[in-house]
Amino acid sequence: MLRHLFFHLFFLLLGFYSQWAYATLPIQHWQADSGARVYFIESRDLPILDVSVDFSAGSSTDTPDKSGRAAMVLHLVNLGAGGLTEDQITKGFADVGAQVGAHFDQDRAGITLRTLSSARERSRALELFGKVIQHPEFPGYVLEREKARVIAGLKEADTKPGNIADRALMKMLYGTHPYGLRGSGEVESVSKLGRQDLVDFHRFRYTAGDAVVSIMGDVSRDEAAAIAESLTRDLSRERRGQSTPEVTPPAPGTQQIAHPATQSHIQLAYPGLRRDDPDYFPLIVGNHILGGGGFTSRLMEEIRQKRGLAYSVHSSFTPLKEEGPFEIALQTQKEQSEEALSITRKVLADFIAGGPTEKELIEAKKNIIGSFPLRIDSNKKILGYLAMIGFYDLPLTYLNDYVKAVSKVTLSQVTQAFQKRINPSGMVTVMVGLPDTSGK
Amino acid sequence: MTYPCFRFLPACRFLPASLWAAFIIPISLFSPAALASAHEFILGNGLKLIVKEDHRSPVVISQIWYKAGSIDEVNGRTGVAHVLEHMMFKGTKKVPGGEFSRLIAAAGGRENAFTGQDYTAYFQQLHKSRLPLAMELESDRMRNLVLTEEEFSKEIKVVMEERRLRTDDQARSLVHETLMATSYQSHPYRHPVIGWMNDLQNMTVEDARQWYERWYAPNNAVLVVVGDVVPRQVFDLARKYYGQIKKAKSMLPLDQRKPQIEPQQLGIKRLTVKAPAQLPYVAMAYHAPSLRKPEKDWEPYALEMLAGVLDGNESARLNKVLVREQRVASTAGASYDSTARGPAAFYLDGTPSEGKTVVDVEAALRAEIEKLVREGVTEEELARVKAQVVAGHVFQLDSMFFQAMQIGQLESIGLSYRDVDVILRKLQAVTPEQVRDVAKKYLKDDNLTIAVLDPQPLEQKAPAAVPAGLRH
Repeated sequence: MLRHLFFHLFFLLLGFYSQWAYATLPIQHWQADSGARVYFIESRDLPILDVSVDFSAGSSTDTPDKSGRAAMVLHLVNLGAGGLTEDQITKGFADVGAQVGAHFDQDRAGITLRTLSSARERSRALELFGKVIQHPEFPGYVLEREKARVIAGLKEADTKPGNIADRALMKMLYGTHPYGLRGSGEVESVSKLGRQDLVDFHRFRYTAGDAVVSIMGDVSRDEAAAIAESLTRDLSRERRGQSTPEVTPPAPGTQQIAHPATQSHIQLAYPGLRRDDPDYFPLIVGNHILGGGGFTSRLMEEIRQKRGLAYSVHSSFTPLKEEGPFEIALQTQKEQSEEALSITRKVLADFIAGGPTEKELIEAKKNIIGSFPLRIDSNKKILGYLAMIGFYDLPLTYLNDYVKAVSKVTLSQVTQAFQKRINPSGMVTVMVGLPDTSGK
Repeated sequence: MTYPCFRFLPACRFLPASLWAAFIIPISLFSPAALASAHEFILGNGLKLIVKEDHRSPVVISQIWYKAGSIDEVNGRTGVAHVLEHMMFKGTKKVPGGEFSRLIAAAGGRENAFTGQDYTAYFQQLHKSRLPLAMELESDRMRNLVLTEEEFSKEIKVVMEERRLRTDDQARSLVHETLMATSYQSHPYRHPVIGWMNDLQNMTVEDARQWYERWYAPNNAVLVVVGDVVPRQVFDLARKYYGQIKKAKSMLPLDQRKPQIEPQQLGIKRLTVKAPAQLPYVAMAYHAPSLRKPEKDWEPYALEMLAGVLDGNESARLNKVLVREQRVASTAGASYDSTARGPAAFYLDGTPSEGKTVVDVEAALRAEIEKLVREGVTEEELARVKAQVVAGHVFQLDSMFFQAMQIGQLESIGLSYRDVDVILRKLQAVTPEQVRDVAKKYLKDDNLTIAVLDPQPLEQKAPAAVPAGLRH
């Protein structure tokens, strides 16, 4: 049982919530002989083993002329590796019921495996998984085929208002910073990718020195150590790390893009949070009140509940190594897009000027803290946290500290953090799909 | 290809994929082990309660399933099941306005609701100590909802925005909607769960009220609770909070509702949808049986396996042949879901690769079906699909949400959560001959509707970039 793993601890949260028991996870951490950092939780509840192997190989390691390379490498690792064809690999995994997945963002590329923990299934799945991570071959015919598929997908995406808005917004927000590159790349850059680009990238970026191996489930510590070793021992030991440039504030402005859809997609953005940000908790808690907390958030109340202007409206921080985006997004029928945008701007400006109320703050903290057990109620979710903690080198007590840190956030911290970090008149804004009157 | 409608999704960008993954659950993932410890209770007012213990984490999910979905709607009122789902968050006398959501949030809970063709369901996930609150609030709105003109007039606009977002502005959603509307000529599955826009525009609060009064009662509901709980204690809670609610005397049980059997299709149907997009697309729907008698039926299981052989993994036939070898398509898929109150369908679809057309893709899909009917499937292919089924069962135990979904989906269409044992056994027993037989019997032209997306240019005007700062 997961809870057999937990040691419970009690603490007081400003007096308003004292009866909860919170648990922390017994993460075991070591460095493998290969150089990889290993994060492991033993859990015998279910006959399942989950593994994630993560590298500093996200889209921010691309350059404009090689945009899409990092994603293509990740996409191709299991389409031919270790002397096996793509068919042999997929059949091999399917024959033991194993599932291979991936995680990809600006900072990180991760490959995940979920397998039954029984000896036969586990060993076959891990053997294949080891080949995929360490010995991908990037066959030329596979690359050509997959490039064509990716390009078709990019062309299709470039007709969809949400995708058009995303892409324009990130360009405005980040300019030439690598966080502005689209993960899947651009038609032109993808079409130029060659096999050697992928081989070189894999050799340079998929190193044991940078690898984080996260293991969750039905194996012993000794078995976990052997697994981590077997998945990384053939990789280079180099520790390259990644130096992502600092993010600078964008040139504010609004971009309007015509589109035949019935709705306008409206998105606003500003540089937001780093993973190790001193303002992390005030901004996270504040955003919950502004537009991250679902039906109880201010944006939801003003845009949807009071006026029926949109089905979905929310704000979010995406913490990254450097400042990830702070975004607000909504969709509304074109005729009312100006109204919806001006209300959105007003909600944001009011929130930043005045901060939340004491009652809002208390309720937000109650929700974030009270819902904490839901974040770690499955092996899959816990694996995700292990990978994140490992990749960003966060303390092993991160999950436990999280609850404490949220409970300590004060009203003035939220207000000051937002005033310091988010400039409401400096936002970049994109509107895709314009009302007839402004389609000039 | 049903798209359950959510009241709220925090990350709409990821909506299609997450919906697909979460709610088109192949029956092949049902797990007997997962349900080994489920307990069933019936309250005096007819409410059925099913409790499944999962003690890994100190949390619980509580779902209430009403046996009322778009299948129960009548002409002119399509979408009302889903509209009412939205209205259910608008308050009761005791818990007015948005208090429901605020109370659940303050209790550290998460909540949402969804409407499908066959059901409407509401759920809360929270710390196990907060289960009484979830039950108190959910039972209150089963009978005491306050429906006002004012709230309705705002919420119907939200629903129309949802329709624009998820259907009107999504070329492939339009294709699927039109495919369903054409494949079925009389069965209510021809209507989209979200409703036709004109019906939404003309819907009244009275329509919502009538729907609520007709279907929202304990004897038309199943309460599913999964988590770190003791079944007997959950039963006591359910009795406390739901036990006082009177049963509806005129409630139609599922087996007394109109069968609305779809007339035999008399020949192939073809349709084209023109919408802004880049890539063409083809989707094919064959009428097929759904699961009725889990112990006796065999065809639905064979159809599940057929879908697995065609599209169960990246090396299954369609991807291997159409995408990897012939390169006629950039995507190709097959799907079938045997669990439905009404009829089922077997779907094929594909996107032509550069330089190829929907005609090429259709021909390639048909060629694969013909080959399968001619030559059958191998034991090896079938064994691979079965291995995935077995593993899928176990993997599903990692999610309380999915465990509750399985129970609720089966119960709400008139099957029992207990049928999952049978279902697994019968899936494992499917033979290559049976797969070939159902392909031959159902994947034939007289059963088929083909929808094609004819992509239209955006006619995009040059972006009118506004100088920095001007618009603030």
